[in-house]
Amino acid sequence: MSQIIQLLPQVLVDGLTLGFVYAVVAIGYTMVYGILELINFAHGDIFMTGSFVGAGVLFTVMSMGFMSSAPTMVLFMIMILVAALITGVMGVGIERVAYRPLRKRNAPKLIALITSIGISFILEDAVRFIADWTTGNYIITTRPLFQHKFTIDFHSVFPFFNNATFQGSFLVVSIVTIIMLISLDLFVSKTKWGIAMRAVAQDRETASLMSINVNRVISVTFFIGSALGGATGVLFLIQYGTVDPYIGFILGIKAFTAAVLGGIGNIRGAMFGGILLGLLEMFAAANLSTITHGAMGSEYKDVFAFIILILVLIFKPEGLFGKATIEKV
Amino acid sequence: MNILEVKNLTKKFGGLMATRDVSMNVEKNSITAVIGPNGAGKTTFFNMITAVYRPTSGDILLNGKSLVGLKPHQVCHFGISRTFQNIRLFNEQTVIENVLVGMHQRLKGHWIGTLLHFPEVTREEEAAKVEAYKILQYVGLEEFVNESAGNLPYGAQRRLEIGRAIAAKPKILLLDEPAAGMNPKETRQLTDLIHDMRHRLDVTIILIEHDMKLVMKISDYLYVLDHGELIAEGKPDEIRNNQRVIEAYLGKEATQRG
Repeated sequence: MSQIIQLLPQVLVDGLTLGFVYAVVAIGYTMVYGILELINFAHGDIFMTGSFVGAGVLFTVMSMGFMSSAPTMVLFMIMILVAALITGVMGVGIERVAYRPLRKRNAPKLIALITSIGISFILEDAVRFIADWTTGNYIITTRPLFQHKFTIDFHSVFPFFNNATFQGSFLVVSIVTIIMLISLDLFVSKTKWGIAMRAVAQDRETASLMSINVNRVISVTFFIGSALGGATGVLFLIQYGTVDPYIGFILGIKAFTAAVLGGIGNIRGAMFGGILLGLLEMFAAANLSTITHGAMGSEYKDVFAFIILILVLIFKPEGLFGKATIEKV
Repeated sequence: MNILEVKNLTKKFGGLMATRDVSMNVEKNSITAVIGPNGAGKTTFFNMITAVYRPTSGDILLNGKSLVGLKPHQVCHFGISRTFQNIRLFNEQTVIENVLVGMHQRLKGHWIGTLLHFPEVTREEEAAKVEAYKILQYVGLEEFVNESAGNLPYGAQRRLEIGRAIAAKPKILLLDEPAAGMNPKETRQLTDLIHDMRHRLDVTIILIEHDMKLVMKISDYLYVLDHGELIAEGKPDEIRNNQRVIEAYLGKEATQRG
């Protein structure tokens, strides 16, 4: 028990880093689901594409002599902005080419779901091809950007805690994700576009009769969701240093899980669900072998997180922040 | 001057003729009523004007320009706004947000500017909120500003629908059974509101209504539909005594026996 408590500060730091990443990606799932009732499985691969675009920008800038001495922060901002812009436009393009024609023909939702899985494969292979072609390897490792190490001295204040150490990248990831989460929340809850988005999510036909251009609102939703996902890909790259074309799959599944945990369609729910899932996962990774006396190692962390998910959904199927749907007769 | 001209409007759903050859001329700034028994095609008619349905044949002209083939939001943009027979508010949004939805097209803020919080966009949003509040005062809902629309009492929901519709600053306002389910007091208030809107907002009003007392009192001109066809038109007094209208409502037998 004391060992678990000692590790808590470190679990908190690592869990938050991962949780913030899940939270932002989960928003992309939940926004699209809220407005189209579509689980856009390609979203995880948008995230992955963002990380590769970020790596591409980094390599390009490094190869240009005059830029290689640019401050890290500037470099980082360029990576984030370029990745967000490219993935945002990609998201809009995917919606135009793949989902909108289906919507026009009133195709069943299952067809759109299968389409999104197809797009997910296309993105994975396209990124793999391009990465392999340009660098000779599809697994990309970049030099760490923010490697300064910090230690928070928990031990001297609370003797039962160990100290927590983290890299500078933890701060960068946290600050950027928090800024993204807050500004998105303001956008959706306060502005005319956010109001329009929520109106379209509730009743598309009435919204269009009230002067809202529904297709445009859907495009904006895809742009914002995808741009956030792509930017988070860059943060992932900065935090963990190595990316491959398949990181989007498992991370996407988990972010989707986070969205369901918080109540799919609910943006604040997705934020909370993501952070909770990250913390649970890191808690399990640190403590599973202690709890089970070595029977299960940290590789079972996903099982632990998903058991929690199943328990929550058994008792609250609409998710933690979701509204219970009442069957209308 | 006619603001709206409807020419030989026909809508078929498979073999069913929902409206057949309906023509209307609506004078600017008038109050026009469309009446008829249930299933006469009145709401279908509204749905064609607002581009929910595309007419099978015929034309709809607003100030001489055809509306056929436009999308609903474009029709709204050109100046036709409406309410619904079965209330269709955005129940999970607040009362003021519902009004702001109605103002959407009139606000210029581009979504990129909104996302980046450009100062002029923020100013516009603030001004819009003030205006939305004034609209709520006008329809008498200022006490509910931040209430969820779904929690309002029934009569207030009907008024909110009108508030949302006039927020778009329409030239023509379509009211689909605005008095349905209202008690006599609420109906009186509604009558006053409709009169007032015509003068104050300089709007042309077309309404579908079953409450004959209300219809006869406020309409300048009436069109009567039955089984999708126009069976009569005229001023309230002419319609009141029209034999075909009485038959449509009461059935042929009843009128002969009586």
